[in-house]
Amino acid sequence: MPDKPGRNAIEVVNVSKIFGSGEGQVAALDTVSVSIRENEFFTLLGPSGCGKTTLLRLIAGFDFPSAGEILLYGEDIAPLPPFKRPVNTVFQSYALFPHMTVADNIGFGLEMLGKPKDEIQARVAQMLKLVKMEALSNRRTSQISGGQQQRVALARALAPQPKVLLLDEPLSALDYKLRKEMQIELKRLQHETGITFIFVTHDQEEALTMSDRIAVMSAGKILQVGSPRDIYDRPAERFVADFIGETNFLKGTVVSKKSGVATVKLASDAIVAAGFPEDFDPSDAVTVVVRPEHADLIADASKGTVAGTLANVVYFGTDTHYHVKLDSGDNFIVRQQNSRSGAVTFEPGAKVGIVFEDDGARILRD
Amino acid sequence: MANVVSRAALFEAKAERAASRRNRLLATPALVIIGIFGVLPLLIILVYSFLEAAPYGGVQWKFSTDAYLNFLFQQDIFDDTLQFTPDFLIIYLRSFLFAVVTTVICLLLGFPTAYFMATRTPAQRNWWVLLITIPFWSNLLVRTLAIMFIIRDEGLINNLLMGLGVIEKPITMLYTNFAIQLGLLYSFLPFMILPLYASLEKLDFRLVEAANDLYATRRQALWRVIIPLSLPGIIAGCLLVFIPALGAYVTPLILGGGIHLMIGDLIAQQFGSGRNWPLGCAQALILMAAVLVALYFYVRNTSGKVQHG
Repeated sequence: MPDKPGRNAIEVVNVSKIFGSGEGQVAALDTVSVSIRENEFFTLLGPSGCGKTTLLRLIAGFDFPSAGEILLYGEDIAPLPPFKRPVNTVFQSYALFPHMTVADNIGFGLEMLGKPKDEIQARVAQMLKLVKMEALSNRRTSQISGGQQQRVALARALAPQPKVLLLDEPLSALDYKLRKEMQIELKRLQHETGITFIFVTHDQEEALTMSDRIAVMSAGKILQVGSPRDIYDRPAERFVADFIGETNFLKGTVVSKKSGVATVKLASDAIVAAGFPEDFDPSDAVTVVVRPEHADLIADASKGTVAGTLANVVYFGTDTHYHVKLDSGDNFIVRQQNSRSGAVTFEPGAKVGIVFEDDGARILRD
Repeated sequence: MANVVSRAALFEAKAERAASRRNRLLATPALVIIGIFGVLPLLIILVYSFLEAAPYGGVQWKFSTDAYLNFLFQQDIFDDTLQFTPDFLIIYLRSFLFAVVTTVICLLLGFPTAYFMATRTPAQRNWWVLLITIPFWSNLLVRTLAIMFIIRDEGLINNLLMGLGVIEKPITMLYTNFAIQLGLLYSFLPFMILPLYASLEKLDFRLVEAANDLYATRRQALWRVIIPLSLPGIIAGCLLVFIPALGAYVTPLILGGGIHLMIGDLIAQQFGSGRNWPLGCAQALILMAAVLVALYFYVRNTSGKVQHG
């Protein structure tokens, strides 16, 4: 359901969170505003310390904002304690109750809500089936594996049918294969339950593959909100481009511009056309970014947009990375998909030219 | 191949035996001390309890079960019939009551304190632990005498209240059950707080957040998550308070003024003015038996609920 406009499940309005006081005070969140739509898989993405977990904790109710409002379907929940919010959390450490069985863990929320016993039992059975853990319902949580604990944590948080499910880096403790499996599993669960998911991660690949929309955060601020494709193809800022995927940065000067496309003269005197975001008016010295897969190598150095010497070739199985030392002194990486019908191969030391795909180059705010 | 494996296994078993021998050696000094100063005296007490009292203290080497009979019965002065005299039993029951009340109140006071300590920053926690252990730096006798000075008729509390005009006559607190209870609470509270703190300090407070997140109010989170997970500390604290409180000697002696006896004083009396060593030995063994029985049921009832992990 990419970019399907709908009701807003959560609206974060000008929220700030300041920890400590006096000299030692730190703004973990700085007047952040974001709207999260109903039934959407929304990801808060950023490096550690960017404030993404703080924002999640504010929505969950473990911390309270220093300023601003958090609306759940229009109602301000910021002053409510966590047990009065129809929002549940999957913790990074899972935080399963070690003195209870799997089934008791899953039923805990419903029990606290005062639901009748038979209803709890039925719901627990349903959740166990949903996360494929029926066989282990009477085990203690210390007797099951990490991946199984992960499923129990999910089932426990989903059992009370929250309006919004918060997930705090839930996959970070799993090994690579299990993580891939759980990514698909999470998407399936979100689809089947129709619950709004807010997912926190520092893993850009995870964010790109799972999310309907992503908010990229850095230093307590949200830099860009958009679909994975938006974020990847049209990053609004240099930080976003740098954090998500690999990017080549080239210095240049704006020569002329018209309706979203500027003509830029690069350091190597090459002239390229580069797009730029609507809300940005580039002038003079700018940075042009090019994704490694939006560029190609050609043997004829004189015909390329830029030219250089091939320094290194790194084989990755699915693709090959060519590290080029440009004549202007910058480094540039070109990625080529490998195929059986052997594309032209280049040897280190060769003089090569680089060409950009249409719309491959963009100008970004620093 | 098999030969190599079996030889390796043999070597491993040998190494294991050697290690276990070494470890036994490490415990030997402590075991010797426990043997000489713990087990041996206990055996002497056991033997003495089945002997006859000598008129001026000590024992006569004649087998007798009088000590145990005298615990509940007394010989009539005029004929040989035994009469049920519950005096000792009453002292025992009162001591148990004191110990139970001490344990319960210590738990009620100690748990919030330990919880408060465990939720401070690590640096602050160390200071709190230090503060809790400060009473151990001075002698129990001195501290008990200090309480005496605070609660006696011309003591701090009564003088203050009379000076303020709240009361006209001093409230008698010293040499009452209240004084003993106060002294016991004061002496044993740290023994409750420290194991509770040790347990709560290890508690993963994210579990409390998880409980709150799943609609548990603070009270529900306390009963369903915090208390079950700190049960090992609760059990340890209760044992550390109950057992010594039951056998307390100095506190009831000073604050109870010898009027309100507890088991400890009763036993001491038999070896002093009572001059009935066998009876004192029997009383000590009966106390030990009672504690062991109580412990058995307590541990059996609580250990099933304890989860380590």
